[in-house]
Amino acid sequence: MQRRNFLKLILGATTALLLEPLNALAALWSKPAFETTKIKEATKLLGIHDEISSTDIQIIAPDRAENGAVVQVEIKSNLANTDAIYILVEKNPTPLIAHFEFSADTEPSLVTRIKMAETSDIKVVVKAGAQFFTRSKNVIVLENGCG
Amino acid sequence: MSDNMKMRAQLKGGLVEVKVLMSHPMETGRKKDDFGQLIPAHFVQLVTATLNGKTVLEAQWGTGIAKNPYLTFRLKGAKVGDIVSVTWLDNVGETATQDIVVTAA
Repeated sequence: MQRRNFLKLILGATTALLLEPLNALAALWSKPAFETTKIKEATKLLGIHDEISSTDIQIIAPDRAENGAVVQVEIKSNLANTDAIYILVEKNPTPLIAHFEFSADTEPSLVTRIKMAETSDIKVVVKAGAQFFTRSKNVIVLENGCG
Repeated sequence: MSDNMKMRAQLKGGLVEVKVLMSHPMETGRKKDDFGQLIPAHFVQLVTATLNGKTVLEAQWGTGIAKNPYLTFRLKGAKVGDIVSVTWLDNVGETATQDIVVTAA
């Protein structure tokens, strides 16, 4: 059984409601993008192109992280029609961390905790309509958290 | 382990803030145990959140999300009494779902 169908089945059973995935493709795990060791390859595999640097993306993360195993990151997009937020860490063994898809009823903001192998930029990409925007924040990592 | 998800959904200034703490090892597959054996990869890959049964957030995660994943997201147009549900599915097929009723902050 495909994972997508499996997840739908579980959700269907618990909610007894028909679910409409935001994007049928998003329900499938992007294995090649998550497993590649190069950030450029990851963005390419995700279909990200011509991303424009934007200060309408806010990244709140520590300047220095004692322990790379847990780095809290808050991301907020002030860009209209934000559909998706991608988090990548350039110098991690596998740079793609996460891909979030938002419905129109969801604020394009989130807080999560990530692992960082070493001092690196956190690169956030926002998909708004057909365009891609990006912003990066450098975090100095004192202790490897990728073991 | 898989039924251990902590959630809170509170209405704050017109937005419902949902906080989720999942219990999961998030093993990368690159770490070795005390005997030098690689610990197999074991991590959450898919996360779905619904509001009253309608999908509001879908996420794909890699091994770079920290152990015992934490997530905050915010919903517009949700009200006290609404039901927020979060489901995760990991790479070995384990899954967990948790519902929470929106409360006033």
